[in-house]
Amino acid sequence: MTEDTFVLAERKLTSRLLLGTGGAPSLDVLEAAIVASGTEVVTVALRRVDPTGSGSVLDVVRRCDVELLPNTAGCYTSREAVRTARLAREAFGTDWVKLEVIADDRTLLPDPIELVDAAQTLCDDGFAVLAYTNDDPVLARHLEEAGCAAVMPLGAPIGSGLGVRNPHNIGLIVESAGVPVILDAGIGTASDAAIAMELGCDAVLLASAVTRAHDPAAMAAAMRHAVMAGRLARLAGRIPPRRLAEASSPFEGRPDL
Amino acid sequence: MTRPTDAVVVGGGIVGLATAWRLQARGLSVTVCDREPGTGATHAAAGMLAPVAEARWGDERLLPLALESLRVWPDFAADLRDASGLDLDLHADGILIAGRDADDRRILEDLLVLHARHDLAAAALSARDARSLEPALSPALRGGVLARSDMAVDPRRVVRALLASLDTAGVRVVRAHVASVTRTGGVARGVVLEDGTRLDSGAVVLAAGIATPSVGGLPEGAVPPVRPVKGQILRLRGEPLLTRPVQGFVHGSPVYLVPRTDGELVIGATQEEMGVDSRVTARAVYELLRDAIALVPDVGELELCETTVGFRPGTPDNLPYIGPTEIEGLTVATGHHRNGILLAPVTAAIVVAVLTGERMPPELLPYSPTWPVRRAPVVVPT
Repeated sequence: MTEDTFVLAERKLTSRLLLGTGGAPSLDVLEAAIVASGTEVVTVALRRVDPTGSGSVLDVVRRCDVELLPNTAGCYTSREAVRTARLAREAFGTDWVKLEVIADDRTLLPDPIELVDAAQTLCDDGFAVLAYTNDDPVLARHLEEAGCAAVMPLGAPIGSGLGVRNPHNIGLIVESAGVPVILDAGIGTASDAAIAMELGCDAVLLASAVTRAHDPAAMAAAMRHAVMAGRLARLAGRIPPRRLAEASSPFEGRPDL
Repeated sequence: MTRPTDAVVVGGGIVGLATAWRLQARGLSVTVCDREPGTGATHAAAGMLAPVAEARWGDERLLPLALESLRVWPDFAADLRDASGLDLDLHADGILIAGRDADDRRILEDLLVLHARHDLAAAALSARDARSLEPALSPALRGGVLARSDMAVDPRRVVRALLASLDTAGVRVVRAHVASVTRTGGVARGVVLEDGTRLDSGAVVLAAGIATPSVGGLPEGAVPPVRPVKGQILRLRGEPLLTRPVQGFVHGSPVYLVPRTDGELVIGATQEEMGVDSRVTARAVYELLRDAIALVPDVGELELCETTVGFRPGTPDNLPYIGPTEIEGLTVATGHHRNGILLAPVTAAIVVAVLTGERMPPELLPYSPTWPVRRAPVVVPT
């Protein structure tokens, strides 16, 4: 098989797993998880780090030689998200951003109106915007029209580990999207990541499923394999489901012993 | 130039002061240096002695050290009380872990698996049982765990008692900042203060918390990496609400409430990777109070007396560094992160063992900065 790379915001990537950093018990554990996941992109909340500090999560990212993707976690309005994205661009010297605009503390669901607003402003300002969005195909289309470099529909609420709750909608988003689709949030365990890839997502972004696992590095390795397995299964083409059995080896032509 | 002492302890937080006190008790002459003793992370700390209530997946390697320190705390406290004549407000009725909603109860169930795996003294409680132990808990509670062996102490009282005991014992506490460690032929032989004063000693103990890496005179890499982990913490006062500390989860967020006998209630704490940022933020105060009130509604009636920011000395693997370094004569006792109060007695005991050439119990060796596993690359599953 030829090399299966994908291009995200003009970056050519081999790994289709993106990793968030929140929730890791220690920096060493996070580092082991990043390495075990094989990821090339790690996302960090600008509001949760000191960009100038040493010995922090940023040092871990640098040491692992992965790309840093700043995110706007913790922002509740378009205005805050835009301001945070601009601070991140300045602090990290990078023009891509994972845009999160959250509606409320309980569900952490994206606020669609504020999200499209912020996406439009940031795209117009030259950012490569990766938008964390609901599993809504119409909203995904609006974000793509605004100029987003990728849409990142949720499988389930952030940190819930409930898996891909609306596979049908994720499939609809994949069908119509002209930009990469990255399933973001909701992954609980390896099979969830495989399902997202089988549905045709270009990549998966997850954090808690790895960082809050009993053994984060082992779960990171599991996720790496799951994403690869799901991707291969998608490319290989699944058989049509049947209601009744069909023997895999036909009985005709067998010697009658 | 003053008369050389056997040891100079750099840093007068609970770890440095306890270490100096125990070294002196073993007959060593000791000097402690700190511009303002007891005003760093120790001043902010709530004082939970909670190897069980604070046990988390991924941090299991801390357990042997934490349990050993908890075991020796009562004797340490009794000795300190006798030496200083001061009460430490030690509570030994356990710590109640509370879950506010059904998701939080699942967190407790997951922690009970961890407790069972390590044979920790923890018992599941129904919400009703939890409320019969602590009637101020919200009726909306969904479940609890009693960490029977966990305790709590008032760190500010401990500092006062340690300073009084050191004073009585004739240990000098130099109120100055240490600029650098002096070395003779590569061996640590004392310190230079900020005003240029030299203090000579047979050994140097670095117990400077987050300031440890900024002590001069040492080659790069000689001192293990320590970073500031910001914590915001509140002190309230009023009618006593709780008889024991409560460590809770509220919609997934951890919060703790630690009562003092005098009516103070400590509520903490945030954990922020923000460097040395000493601002008290509105969101932190709001979220701490919101979650504390969700667990104990009457907290809303108390007087908010103090908001404090402290910086825990964090390490890459969340374990402290206690033991000899590659520099002869230089011992470190730092990186205690969230556990400085709990680990002070065992830390002092390890440093005493190092400086007097005593053999250390093998289970306490892995916390040394020179322990091979600490320096090995992380193991990555494939």
